[in-house]
Amino acid sequence: MIRDTTLGAKLWAAAIWTLVGFFVLNLFAMIGTVVTSSFATRWLGTWLPIGWTTRWYDSAWSEFQLGDVLLVTFQVVGAVVLISGLLGVTAAYALARREFAGKRLLVLLFLLPLLIPPITFGIPLATVLYRTGLAGTFWGVVVANLVPTVPFVILVMIPFIEQVDPKIEAAARVFGANTFKLFVHVLMPLLLPGILAALLLVLVRTIAMFELTFLVAGPTSQTLVVALYYAVFAAGVRAVQSIDAMAVIYMVTTLVWLIIALRFVNPTQIVTRAKQQPAH
Amino acid sequence: MHQTVAPSIIQGPSLRQRLAARGFDAVTLLVVPAAVFSLCLFVYPFAFGLILSFEPKSGGWLSNYVRFFSDSFLYDTIGKTLWLAVPVTLLNLVLAVPIAFRVRLMRHQRLLTTILVLPITLGTVLVAEGLLNYLGPQGWFNRTLMTFGLISQPLKLVHNYWGVFASLVITGFPFTFLLTLSYVTGIDPALEQAAATLGASAWQRFRHVYLPLLMPGFAITFCLSFVQAFSVFPSAVLLGAPAGPTRVISIAAYQAAFEEYDYSMASAIAMIMGFVQLAIVVAVLASRGLFYRGPASGAKG
Amino acid sequence: MTIALSQFNEVRLDNVSRDFGALNALRNVNLTIRRREFIALLGPSGCGKSTTLNCIAGLLPVTGGAIWLDKSRVDTLKPEERGFGMVFQNYALFPHMNLRQNIGFGLKMRGKTKAEIDRKVDEALRLVRLQGQEHKLPGQLSGGQQQRVAIARAIVIEPPLVLMDEPLSNLDAKLRLEMRAEIRRIHNELGATTIYVTHDQDEALSLADRIVVLRDGVVRQVGTPKELYEAPAHLDVADFMGFRNKLKGSVVSHDNGRAVVDVEGAKISGVAREKLAVGAVAFAAIRSDDLVAGEPGPNALAVTVDTIEYRGREFVGTARSRGGLDFVFRSHVAVEPGAAVHLRAADERVLVFAEPA
Repeated sequence: MIRDTTLGAKLWAAAIWTLVGFFVLNLFAMIGTVVTSSFATRWLGTWLPIGWTTRWYDSAWSEFQLGDVLLVTFQVVGAVVLISGLLGVTAAYALARREFAGKRLLVLLFLLPLLIPPITFGIPLATVLYRTGLAGTFWGVVVANLVPTVPFVILVMIPFIEQVDPKIEAAARVFGANTFKLFVHVLMPLLLPGILAALLLVLVRTIAMFELTFLVAGPTSQTLVVALYYAVFAAGVRAVQSIDAMAVIYMVTTLVWLIIALRFVNPTQIVTRAKQQPAH
Repeated sequence: MHQTVAPSIIQGPSLRQRLAARGFDAVTLLVVPAAVFSLCLFVYPFAFGLILSFEPKSGGWLSNYVRFFSDSFLYDTIGKTLWLAVPVTLLNLVLAVPIAFRVRLMRHQRLLTTILVLPITLGTVLVAEGLLNYLGPQGWFNRTLMTFGLISQPLKLVHNYWGVFASLVITGFPFTFLLTLSYVTGIDPALEQAAATLGASAWQRFRHVYLPLLMPGFAITFCLSFVQAFSVFPSAVLLGAPAGPTRVISIAAYQAAFEEYDYSMASAIAMIMGFVQLAIVVAVLASRGLFYRGPASGAKG
Repeated sequence: MTIALSQFNEVRLDNVSRDFGALNALRNVNLTIRRREFIALLGPSGCGKSTTLNCIAGLLPVTGGAIWLDKSRVDTLKPEERGFGMVFQNYALFPHMNLRQNIGFGLKMRGKTKAEIDRKVDEALRLVRLQGQEHKLPGQLSGGQQQRVAIARAIVIEPPLVLMDEPLSNLDAKLRLEMRAEIRRIHNELGATTIYVTHDQDEALSLADRIVVLRDGVVRQVGTPKELYEAPAHLDVADFMGFRNKLKGSVVSHDNGRAVVDVEGAKISGVAREKLAVGAVAFAAIRSDDLVAGEPGPNALAVTVDTIEYRGREFVGTARSRGGLDFVFRSHVAVEPGAAVHLRAADERVLVFAEPA
């Protein structure tokens, strides 16, 4: 690393930090606007609202049936996390430990749903789900959300499993562990941090997954983010503050899990997936 | 390779052994559920959508595509989407590169990356909702500019092109930046030091050492960021003018499917959307072949 | 010869210090390197030898003192303005450039003409014996070849000073010996002034004109390989130079450069290397080669043999005294483990040091 101390270099650095500061400032101001508005009695044409209240949270809760929506959200997320964990970890184990014909093709197949934006494959997927009658149901939403999360778990877990020396498994077998005992006593403890990280990321992504849920959800199977979309879309019917209160509830739900997830993963992992695993 | 040694008296290996020798054994089978799942819910819908797009409600097998490319209300969406996605992606990349180079030297990177990951995890719907207030005529942004006397009338920043543009920067920049950062930090700093001892100035080090090594990474970053921006949907509806300048292609596809219930047409639009993305990605990645691709460190093992 | 090195008389480090926060990585290092000299910086990891090199190269700013190239001060210059050649520990070859481009990089940065670059690169390729490989990428070369490229790249710019940062540490033992000879040959041919960082005393002894031993950021001793090998100034330098037996005792007498130490009741006499006070704790340091198993007598200690290894011409054994001191010794005859023997060293082969501060 070479640090330059000339005037030009200092100006350049100052310009870059100003840019970063401007971005972060706007980001926080945007979030601050939503939070402020959700506690405002009346906020028109002034810097800050006239008064403060929490009643919008009550009204948002009852108007948007947030109790039901939150319940559905957590059920969907729970099911997605469990199923993608089960399918993903087992497949990742096979891909990490075996070389076989067609493996590269299979990895590509798992990579595509992560590279193609959900709205692109979501429309044909929704069409199929409507034909089969799954769309609109709870399981339709779960199945649609699994399409990107199963590959996500696979790609995060492969390098984790590759890190575990196969000789450790061989040693466990030599000392008399069968496949089940091997899994419970040796693999699970070693892989647990990786599995936890992968599943937490799945959880955060599923709460925030708008497009797929939006395309296949019915009135009784929509998650919080879709309900928020409809509320903003139909703005004017209800008070802005009420929608903002709902947005704050959504933010808190997401951020709580994000903070938990960040205890186990690096923020860059949320974006870069498994590709950037250090080679050394 | 894991292979059970069975004392075989019969001549030749059994089928199971022959499969195992090619890498197919019980462990390999673990991949089957996920593979079947992906085939049913990813490959099949795509294939189904492709075939469905050639079975229009009326007219010949190509009439969906003919209709798309003859109706300016439909084919204009490609141009409008590109007009949003390409400038936003380029801007994000141009901003991300110098910032990533600076942040790489930083000791407390994690705080900044955590802040930047916020808009990505909150998602486009929340960003759209937040910007609606923040950038609105009475919002803090316009209010601040007016206080400093930079403008006399509030700028119109929502329900038009710029609202969607801003939302794509807020969610897209962190994504582009974090990808770029991971590529930049993947390069051995000793290479830059070596270039410096050989007399290369800061700009020459970037031009001759970093840039050629980073080009493949930048190409991938561009593709991923572009594809995200190209499929913009909720913010184009909520923050933009969904009947006018921000009627992007995903809105057209959504309307065909869920307002006209013409799944065949919707599939056709989705296929066109996928094709445009693919064409740009392939073009960018093909140009990647011109550059060095390989480990970006000074030595092997 | 077309690679001609810049003319100058000396590089001088004047009270150079480098702090990392509260940690003093280097403290007041003074050192003068004369033209054509090969200097080795030797010390354990964390002693400050790489920090010294990076400060000279300009990759780390100094936090105190100055570095001079004859009459011009260089520590205020950016690394690209100093014009020193450097060979990095992991070579740091540009992976996207072929050998010719890698070696020619420094000349290109200096805006030389293509003809001149080609001519000098050819000369450098010949010097490191890599002709015919110039269109390969670094990834296609073996470790030893990469090392040669790194050396060629550093010397082709005709630097006043070549800096080498543990250049052989990534090679296997056999290749390391080969490359050591290669570095020696190139140095003889060009006479490039070189500062060579290493933690391997064999490398330092065989390559350097002078060795600088560093410890905790302080220069402990500067001298020719012979001086350091035969007359280390401190116990830690002696330890580095292969004095594996360090017998703790108390000073009985000290005069005329001779000292007698009481080690577990036995009187061991040797050459005093530091100022000693009678009655104070001191160490008698002896190389394992100089400690021979034999009969009781003067300068001998009674021990019990632990292990014995056959080494072809002789035996090397380990032993332990009644007081719990450990010994490594040499023997012409096979002694059995468990046998009681006496170990003896000649007076002039024993160095006596004061207890380190």
